[in-house]
Amino acid sequence: MAESKDGGLVFKPMQQFEVTPLFGDGPVGMFTITNSTMWMALAIIAVVVLMVLGTRSRAIIPSRSQSIAELVYGFVYQMVEDITGKDGVKYFPYIMTLFLFILFSNYLGLLPKAFTPTSHIAVTAVLAVAVFVAVTVIGFVKNGAGFLSLFWVSSAPLALRPILAVIEVISYFVRPVSHSIRLAGNMMAGHAVIKVFAAFAAVVAISPLSILAITAMYGLEMLVAGIQAYVFTILTCVYLKDALHPHH
Amino acid sequence: MEGDIAQMGQFIGAGLASVGMGGAAIGVGNVAGNFLAGALRNPSAAAGQTATLFIGIAFAEALGIFSFLVALLLMFAV
Repeated sequence: MAESKDGGLVFKPMQQFEVTPLFGDGPVGMFTITNSTMWMALAIIAVVVLMVLGTRSRAIIPSRSQSIAELVYGFVYQMVEDITGKDGVKYFPYIMTLFLFILFSNYLGLLPKAFTPTSHIAVTAVLAVAVFVAVTVIGFVKNGAGFLSLFWVSSAPLALRPILAVIEVISYFVRPVSHSIRLAGNMMAGHAVIKVFAAFAAVVAISPLSILAITAMYGLEMLVAGIQAYVFTILTCVYLKDALHPHH
Repeated sequence: MEGDIAQMGQFIGAGLASVGMGGAAIGVGNVAGNFLAGALRNPSAAAGQTATLFIGIAFAEALGIFSFLVALLLMFAV
């Protein structure tokens, strides 16, 4: 990030997203322990510390960590119940897991020198495709062939319905793509912007401005990290609602 | 020479792809602005609609992210 030998600025905003092995520097294979693995594990450890150790005492008057854990639990539970209805509540544990994992990956990725697992489409695509497959299977198991009425918009005029059906089918299959790329793109974009401003900090004349800009972007990134975890979870709930109640 | 022209095309393409982000900005502004207009008319109903607001913003924003992704792919992956 410093100035190069010939005085020009060096921008390496994408360097932070490189997946490197944690031990040694061999090639990255299927089972290599990388920095991505480490930060995912840290996210899970953080979740466990908050949810298991934080709520262990089960105090009537909660401690700080217990009230945070209760707040998060209540928030996600309310969201699942509001959107999917009573019969969606049994899928709450998975949605809660998704929310906490994404939230903690996003927030831990904001630490200096950290790696954000959710900035990689490979990671978010697995999460999104898992949701997509699960929702499709649940839809067919719960409704049988009636699930296909999701694509047959009965409130539209009859002549328009076949055209709408084609559009609905396409939009259904684009879901995992937009679901995963939204999260990865937001994470990648924000972190890359911070690094671009960091490169400007090497120029003495504009470095105060650049540091102010980093601070402001960092505040925005805190917001985005939370909102993107929320958006991923709420879209999961919406897709689940479509699977449970496909009739328009 | 061939490579230079190819690289120039790459940069121009990445710049053009970034124009799509402006569209996402208009979309997100539209969603949030209309939400605020509605919320000020009927503040008691606003709290129940924040989830819808975020879903709307997420859908509008996704397309801007797509254009950003195309720009990144042109810059770093092609």
